[in-house]
Amino acid sequence: MNTTVRLSSTIGSSFVAKVEQVSGQKLLACYQCGKCSAGCPMAPHMDILPNQVIRMAQLGMQEKLLASRTIWTCVSCLTCNSRCPKNIRIAEVMESLRQTALRNGQRDDRLKIWETSPEARADLPPIATIAAMRKLTS
Amino acid sequence: MRNEDRPMKLIYYPGCTLKNSARNFDVSTVSSMAKLDVEVEELERWNCCGTVHALGADNVMNRVAPVTNLIRVKEAQATEFMTSCAMCYNTLKRANIDVKKNPDKLSTINEFLNLETTKYEGDVDVLHLLEYLRDKVGFDNLAKKVKKPLKGLRVACYYGCLLVRPKEVAFDDVENPMIMEDLIKALGATPVNFPLKTECCGAYHAVGKPEIIADRTDKIMGSANEGQVDLVVVSCPMCAYNLDFRQDDAKRLNPDFKHMPVLYFTQLMALALECGDDALRFDLHHIDPKPALAARGLA
Repeated sequence: MNTTVRLSSTIGSSFVAKVEQVSGQKLLACYQCGKCSAGCPMAPHMDILPNQVIRMAQLGMQEKLLASRTIWTCVSCLTCNSRCPKNIRIAEVMESLRQTALRNGQRDDRLKIWETSPEARADLPPIATIAAMRKLTS
Repeated sequence: MRNEDRPMKLIYYPGCTLKNSARNFDVSTVSSMAKLDVEVEELERWNCCGTVHALGADNVMNRVAPVTNLIRVKEAQATEFMTSCAMCYNTLKRANIDVKKNPDKLSTINEFLNLETTKYEGDVDVLHLLEYLRDKVGFDNLAKKVKKPLKGLRVACYYGCLLVRPKEVAFDDVENPMIMEDLIKALGATPVNFPLKTECCGAYHAVGKPEIIADRTDKIMGSANEGQVDLVVVSCPMCAYNLDFRQDDAKRLNPDFKHMPVLYFTQLMALALECGDDALRFDLHHIDPKPALAARGLA
């Protein structure tokens, strides 16, 4: 039997639809077991835990999510994805939130590579710089 | 069965970092494969692997770079190729899985690449060097070729994220892979228990958030140290950079932090197969591996 739970009919609903579309995930599958947050190696550096991100995304809390440090701290290591008992790809949800922020037409980049010194840039392996720019800039 | 008289031929994708800061990974890969009678041929006109797999379900653009490489492999008359960089492996393999699963996406990419004379049809396999060694060379055969067994050397094998996640790309157990430990045993060394071997090193935060890398390096190298190891081996130039070059930051964070060398698994192969100093390039390391190896009579 399929049950449809409508959490919000107007506020944030286009945001919820966008997150589900870009991530390819069904947010309501989450039953808040917390396993994603328990194993997350980046959790100590986050302001909102991964399981809380899913809950807030279900509720369409766009402003709080896009202003959070968490979505830029998640480094797509996929530990949460591989352990989720409901097979939700939490990392994909994080990516959809980053993309929502980066695709707002404001060039709201989270990395200004020119602020890194030439010496530091020369020291970094190329994959570090390219990966950071791919993830943190539009 | 392979013909013992003729060397095996294998297309090799090095990737950008193995031609830059991780030349030690490149030379040790190529020279140890030569000792195993595998003729490694660098892929012609290879380009960026894509570096990170874009996770957006609507993303097509970031598959163009990896698919172009798969076209080059077809043009080399091959159906498979090998890379030793964990990051390249992960990105190329996931792009390959994605376009095979989504024919519409693949046809969009082929149309976009309309100047290419070869079309990609999902007909190339992406292999990591570790799985090639296990499945095509065999660790038993590798053990027979060892000239200087790494006796007494205690090694922690670090996998990070990219060899085991997501599970579609993993060629070993996701939570407790042992393929590198098996390789290390074939070289005569002793692998140790290493609880944090699949925990993320912090990856590209090396660029903008070095304080996160210092914390990760402290935790991961600390976990390796509990096994009383001489060194840590890796398969990823990103992990190698974070775990090796950020040890001074980790020491500032935690005064009890112990410095320890970080090597590519191919460097231990080159050492055991006696490929010579030019194949090791220890000059490219931050923490010099020589004292740890000398303590075991290996350098």
